[in-house]
Amino acid sequence: MARSPRAEFDAELTGLQNEVLVLGSMVEKAIAKSIEALRTRNLDDSREVVAEDDLIDDKRHEIEDKCIALIARQQPMATDLRQIVAFLHIAVDLERMGDYAEGIGKIGLLMGEQPPLKPLIDIPRMCEMANDMLRRSLDGLVKRDVVIANQVLKDDDEVDALYDQVYRELVLLMVQDPKTIERATFLLWAAHDLERVADRAENIAEQVIYLVSGREPR
Amino acid sequence: MTDNDAVLSVRDLSVYYGEFRAIKNISLSFQANRVTALIGPSGCGKSTLLRCLNRMNDLVPQARVEGEVVYSQQDIYDPQIDPAQVRLHIGMVFQKPNPFPKSIFDNVAFGLKINGLTNNIDEAVEKSLRSAALWDEVKDRLNENAMTLSGGQQQRLCIARTLAVEPEIILMDEPASALDPIGTLAIESLMRDLTEKYTIVVVTHNMQQAARVSDETAFLMMDEDRAGYLVESGKTDNIFQNPKDERTEAYITGRFG
Repeated sequence: MARSPRAEFDAELTGLQNEVLVLGSMVEKAIAKSIEALRTRNLDDSREVVAEDDLIDDKRHEIEDKCIALIARQQPMATDLRQIVAFLHIAVDLERMGDYAEGIGKIGLLMGEQPPLKPLIDIPRMCEMANDMLRRSLDGLVKRDVVIANQVLKDDDEVDALYDQVYRELVLLMVQDPKTIERATFLLWAAHDLERVADRAENIAEQVIYLVSGREPR
Repeated sequence: MTDNDAVLSVRDLSVYYGEFRAIKNISLSFQANRVTALIGPSGCGKSTLLRCLNRMNDLVPQARVEGEVVYSQQDIYDPQIDPAQVRLHIGMVFQKPNPFPKSIFDNVAFGLKINGLTNNIDEAVEKSLRSAALWDEVKDRLNENAMTLSGGQQQRLCIARTLAVEPEIILMDEPASALDPIGTLAIESLMRDLTEKYTIVVVTHNMQQAARVSDETAFLMMDEDRAGYLVESGKTDNIFQNPKDERTEAYITGRFG
């Protein structure tokens, strides 16, 4: 039996959200893989992360096209409208997070065969925290849960604090031994990319709050 | 909506047709120089409420009104008030264009003539036709029968006829539902333009139209006893983007009604 137009629309909205979650999971994997490749000096994996960013870009555009088509055909109102607006924003944020993963992949390639500056500990921790914020922001989306989203907003401070720590440590290394400057700068970029990933996770959490409450936080 | 800026206020209004209560306990204010849209499923009493605003329900046998409709600090249902006077100040445009089978000119001049306002009648007709965005299309054929106009033009003629007696408020009952998209667009732009001088209350089934043309929106529903009641009213942006009431949300997103 054919579904009613409203049931059809609901199915399309659910499908759209699933696409957003797929994109989220692609991005999360790319970020984790980029940092792990940097930590273990796995140039093949770094190269893969860089190459796979195209898939993430394609997915973002696929989601955008579907959102625009739904707006044109359904002229959505209220929660329907807010969902589609939120999906559009979230897709853009995720795609940008993918770019940060690509950037870290390129840093891995730039480091190349140079000896490691130091064992990476805080940067992988930052990565874990940022990815955790990403996962929970999308969990908040699925559950339409403002409490989860607000927690993500709070957690950004921890990532910022860790970034400051990494920054000071790397600057100290550079001051002590100018031979480390190039490698330390690369690591600083990677840490900065992760700090930006966490900021984007924060944006997603804000979209969840908008979707649920109709208001932008703050 | 505060009562302060209200040009028209409905207070605890109920309308009965014989034993049947069509709307119950509606309180709502209409702000000056704004378009207020009344939306809701069929049978929820939108048109009944609209018709109460200029005593059009007086024409329905067995119709009875409880509560107040306050205009210029007076209840228009006060026994001393003449309904014909009310309708001079609060005009109405109907769903189907209903021009008289007379010339274009006479249609617009009609209200002026029956009210004895025959000074400068040519000027008044031109002004009304201009305000209704119809002048350029009809200025060379004012003596042709109004029935020769297209549906959209006929509806703008009816608006011109309403404007001719210079009302303060214009009530519109589905003014574009019998028109094609181009005619609809003309009426909608006209409504926006008219708010410079007039206050408009419009009943519409078209959600996108309500969202496009109105500043304020009131959502009505039918209760189990089939009486219409007000669910929620407020700024149109809020009603369509973030309604407070689940019933409004369900209606405007097409989940019922």
